[in-house]
Amino acid sequence: MARAVSTKQKSINTAIAGTLGFLMFFPILWILILSFKTEEDAIRAPLEVLFSSGWTLDSFAAVQARSDYFKHFSNSVIISLGSTILGLLIAIPAAWSMAFVPSRHTKNILMWMLSTKMLPPVGVLVPIYLIFRDTGLLDSRTGLTIVLTLMNLPIIVWMLYTYFKEIPGEILEAARMDGASLREEVLYVLTPMAIPGMASTMLLNIILAWNEAFWTLNLTAAKAAPLTAFIASYSSPEGLFYAKLSAASIMAIAPILIMGWFSQKQLVRGLTFGAVK
Amino acid sequence: MSTKASRSAARLMISPAVVLLLMWMIVPLVMTVYFSFLRYNLLSPGATPWAGWDNYYWFITDPSFNDAIWNTLALVGGILVITVVGGIGFALLLDRPMFGTGIIRIMVIAPFFVMPTVSALVWKNMFFNPVNGIFGNIATSLGLQPIDFFAEIPLLSIIFIVSWMWLPFATLILLTALQSLDQEQLEAAEMDGASWSNRFWYIMLPHLARAITVVILIQTIFLLSVFAEILVTTNGGPGTATTNLTYLIYVSSLLQFDVGMGSAGGVFAIILANIVAIFLMRMIGKNLDA
Repeated sequence: MARAVSTKQKSINTAIAGTLGFLMFFPILWILILSFKTEEDAIRAPLEVLFSSGWTLDSFAAVQARSDYFKHFSNSVIISLGSTILGLLIAIPAAWSMAFVPSRHTKNILMWMLSTKMLPPVGVLVPIYLIFRDTGLLDSRTGLTIVLTLMNLPIIVWMLYTYFKEIPGEILEAARMDGASLREEVLYVLTPMAIPGMASTMLLNIILAWNEAFWTLNLTAAKAAPLTAFIASYSSPEGLFYAKLSAASIMAIAPILIMGWFSQKQLVRGLTFGAVK
Repeated sequence: MSTKASRSAARLMISPAVVLLLMWMIVPLVMTVYFSFLRYNLLSPGATPWAGWDNYYWFITDPSFNDAIWNTLALVGGILVITVVGGIGFALLLDRPMFGTGIIRIMVIAPFFVMPTVSALVWKNMFFNPVNGIFGNIATSLGLQPIDFFAEIPLLSIIFIVSWMWLPFATLILLTALQSLDQEQLEAAEMDGASWSNRFWYIMLPHLARAITVVILIQTIFLLSVFAEILVTTNGGPGTATTNLTYLIYVSSLLQFDVGMGSAGGVFAIILANIVAIFLMRMIGKNLDA
């Protein structure tokens, strides 16, 4: 039973947490504001920016015109969706069988898969780079999709495994008692119960792939560069560019911010491998 | 209960994942170790003679190696302190009753979803820039000399940026852990007259200990590989002031094309990460049995 808390105490809590939360969020809010300003307004003092009258969509158009934004955006979509779907296709059978037909090796396999995630990417940078160079995969969406699939495969298997594990075995027995065949059991009993887990796994993995910035920066150039690498091209300033940088940034992070808000809980499960519940 | 048939079907279902991961792990790993013993530079094609331990020797005795190790430790240590202490603070705060919990929590967690190159560039330009940045503006309006962040305190600036991105992660996990704490236990302690600080030190903190360890271990794995934030802000400079181990290996392999030395550095990074990984794996493994 929760204790009754006075409205005054609640208001104080709200004020403190609200202020700190606002400070954390402020950089994102700030680029959102700047993205609708002209370049001249965007470099004014903060208060002047806020009260400057001009609001414009020019920066968004300029980003597209200057650097073909949608090419990089679609690279990001293809790479993150592609690696997620490919990863799910490989991981679902594996997680399924480990959760429902466990053997004495299951734990070892899971732990070993996890250990591959502990390998620092920079430790295998040279060989991957050379393999990609020799097979023509450098700066290709295919190559990047493969790398990101393999990189996130352990997380996908683990998340799915923890979700599948939660499906009660009694339900399967009940279905079997009622005369369901194996195929019916999988199709009508297990699958509907497993879909929410698969959806959250997919969501988290898209976020991770979208924001991955080691391999995307090192393995792509102009052609296959997703948004992480595209934004990096703004690191060499050329004149006034705050509004354009803001517009490009907002477009790059907006889809993921929205997905992220829906996946807070799954984030904990996915990134701690079930160690914190 | 599982039959022989279902067991072999199960093996068949696991094998694609296992085979692919095995290849992903073994092939590059063997290549890295092999290259690390060769004199192999992409700029001088031709023979790649055996170099013995030379690459390791050159990598470790290079003056930037020392800097890179210290910078890596400072980066990981600094960010861990900020995110764990800040995360505990945020978690305690967000766990209290308030209005608009959902909105406030979203605002705190949002930075985690911002891609590294965006957060680095936004902080670099809109906040740290001594002329047009917000911090510079505030300093000037107060009559102070604005700080040129990446020239004067480059490593601290990067610690700040990366901490902003990882503080939400620590908060989220510690908050999840805190919410699993038995409220009755806290109330009982309060009725027995335990002060807030006593309740924090003797009930909440011990309850959070496991989550804190997980946060530290997982973040360490990721923070050892901080790369994009350095690449787009300082390029490892000024000098080697912000070069960490990951960045140093990137420089020797992809900028100086020294495959041998880059690989030796890679082996070094793998060993370093494994020391942390062993502890993390042990904790996760224990949880799997429970």
